[in-house]
Amino acid sequence: MSSVFFMLTIGLYFASTVCYLAYLLRRAETLSKVSLGITAVGFATHTVALAARMADTGQTQLPTFHEALSFFSWMLILVFLAVEFRRQLHVLGSFIVPLALISLVTAAAFRSDEASSIQPVFKTLWVHVTLSMLGTVGFAVAFVAGVMYLIQDGLLKSKRFNVLYAKLPALDYLDHLNQQSIVMGFPLLTLGIISGAFSAEIVRGTYVNWNPEQTWAMVTWGFYFAVLVGRLTIGWRAKRAAYLTIIGFAGVILTLIGVVLKSHGSVS
Amino acid sequence: MHIIVVGLSHKTAPVEIREKLAVPESRLREALSRLCAYPGVREGLLLSTCNRVEVYAVVEELETGYGRVQEFLADTHLSLSSEHLTPHLYWHAGDRAIGHLFRVASSLDSMIIGESQILGQIKDAFEVALTHKASGLLLNKVVKKAISVAKRVRTETKIAETAVSVSYAAVELAKKIFSNLNEKTVLLIGAGEMAKLAARHLIANGVRQVRITTRNFQHGLELAQRFNGTAVPFDDYKSELAGADIVLVSTGASHYLISPDDVQRAMRQRMSRPMFLIDISVPRNIDPAVRPIDDAFLFDIDDLHMRVEQNREDRLREAAKAEQMVVEEVAVLGQWLQSLEVTPTIVALRSRTEDIKRREVDKIMARLGHLSADDRAAVEAMASAIINKMVHGTMVTLKAEATSAGGAAYVDAARRFFNLESAPTGYPAGHAEGPDEQEGSTARNGTDRRVDTSLIPNTTKEQGRRVS
Repeated sequence: MSSVFFMLTIGLYFASTVCYLAYLLRRAETLSKVSLGITAVGFATHTVALAARMADTGQTQLPTFHEALSFFSWMLILVFLAVEFRRQLHVLGSFIVPLALISLVTAAAFRSDEASSIQPVFKTLWVHVTLSMLGTVGFAVAFVAGVMYLIQDGLLKSKRFNVLYAKLPALDYLDHLNQQSIVMGFPLLTLGIISGAFSAEIVRGTYVNWNPEQTWAMVTWGFYFAVLVGRLTIGWRAKRAAYLTIIGFAGVILTLIGVVLKSHGSVS
Repeated sequence: MHIIVVGLSHKTAPVEIREKLAVPESRLREALSRLCAYPGVREGLLLSTCNRVEVYAVVEELETGYGRVQEFLADTHLSLSSEHLTPHLYWHAGDRAIGHLFRVASSLDSMIIGESQILGQIKDAFEVALTHKASGLLLNKVVKKAISVAKRVRTETKIAETAVSVSYAAVELAKKIFSNLNEKTVLLIGAGEMAKLAARHLIANGVRQVRITTRNFQHGLELAQRFNGTAVPFDDYKSELAGADIVLVSTGASHYLISPDDVQRAMRQRMSRPMFLIDISVPRNIDPAVRPIDDAFLFDIDDLHMRVEQNREDRLREAAKAEQMVVEEVAVLGQWLQSLEVTPTIVALRSRTEDIKRREVDKIMARLGHLSADDRAAVEAMASAIINKMVHGTMVTLKAEATSAGGAAYVDAARRFFNLESAPTGYPAGHAEGPDEQEGSTARNGTDRRVDTSLIPNTTKEQGRRVS
């Protein structure tokens, strides 16, 4: 059942992405309502798919990259729906929904139904993956806010008052969204890394062994730490913050790729 | 009965004529009763604003009605004669008159398309007409519909969304940089008219902190008092930059007052908090080399003009959509007006009863196959007689009341009692899809007023007609 709902969700997110991208270029406001409706339905089927998957395999299987990405995508949409509900920021959907779609399609590529018996120690791995993914959602939203910021900044500077300019919100709101996302995401990632270290200790007897994946994770963590401290102390905000969060998210993606390669045995 | 409008507006008459014709609020009542006192004028509404003077009326005869209203207009001012007035007037009747009111209410006929004042003025004029019982069933319906059409246009198009003045364009831009103007500080350097206007708009949109600096400190103090702000000495303006989120510059200086270095220094102190600089001065007072500086957004008078021009085009595009809505709404109201006619109601009633009789007779004949032709004719005749006697009273009453005050109510009742399906969707009183949700109260107001039951919207005869 899970796979049916999963494929249905991909289809719905795809339709919603198409609508939201069209919304970027068109004046029609009704398009945003249609897109939101499709997204909401997609979110519902996604929830069912996740719950069914958990019921099927959650107790017996390790968290895989598939679950992690699917959960990431689900959380992204949840955050978007929350912001949309509070601020009616339709245009955010044009940026977040495609991102959610990409991660869900990637998740589909890693879907496997082979069961592996779970050892009790690996339960901490679930905590690690969940927390890290929640942190990543924060950075993803910061990334999206950063991209939107740079677009709006560019439009204002070049005085191109087009449809996109009209739809994007005020610069300082985007900067605020950027800051909030990192303030929320950073502690979650920190906890995710700590729980990861604990599970590593249980499995291998050592907290950190500085493999490429762990190294990247620590570099990313350090980077966001600097971004956060820089913002709060020496005014790394606005355009600079937008650039930094975009770079940071690239680091996150690299870390995730590292995780994938490792779990597939390409990296020892 | 005909709904007509006779009037003039900024499009047809210069201000010298408009100001003479304008009726001040204090004299509205007297003017309305004078209008309704003309024979053949059943209802009236007077709309008088600085851009238009229009008389909406329900008249018995079209030609004489036009004449009466024109006479009424010419009488409002001693120095105006009909000959003076005629070249500036327009006349519409039926659907055209209704469409005109809808367009006026929706601000499609305004000097600045999309401005919102006109709707309030129409509401006021309607209020006066209602209290003085000049407006009856028909005008009530039409004006209420006009108000709801205007609201629909406002919510369903973006006709009123964008700035159409340079000073307001500054506010619009500010809102794309700062989501909330409440906490922001605006620094006014110099006090050109447009800058003052822009400052006023900014304050109206939430800005609370205003700092003002002018070469003449005394003048600055006066302005500060007016804007509830603080005056600062002109020599200090550069050090004020860092604390200002919005900088409005309009001085008569012939050189740049603000250099890229000044802005860069301010930005460092502001720790990259965005800054919005508006240079309304000609020659410019802010060095355009400021533009590339990160997080500082400089706009000069040409940028603002460009924005206004774009907005105007947007409004025109939206206006085209609104025009379409007006056409739709006029059609809906036209259906309702038609349903108030007695003749079609009687026709519908006849065909309904004939239909019932036919079906019942056919049904019984199928079982009474043994009857002779004569007997069959007798049965059918009996059925006809019963049905005709049943509806006879209704028919007579409808005809008799056609020209009376309660006529429309009888038509309405008859249509509902006999379930005359042909009643159009715009049909009033209890029909959920009727053109006006408040119809119930309208009808009640209407019954004790002079009511017209035979209104025929005259769509073709006098289109674009001009009395010469």
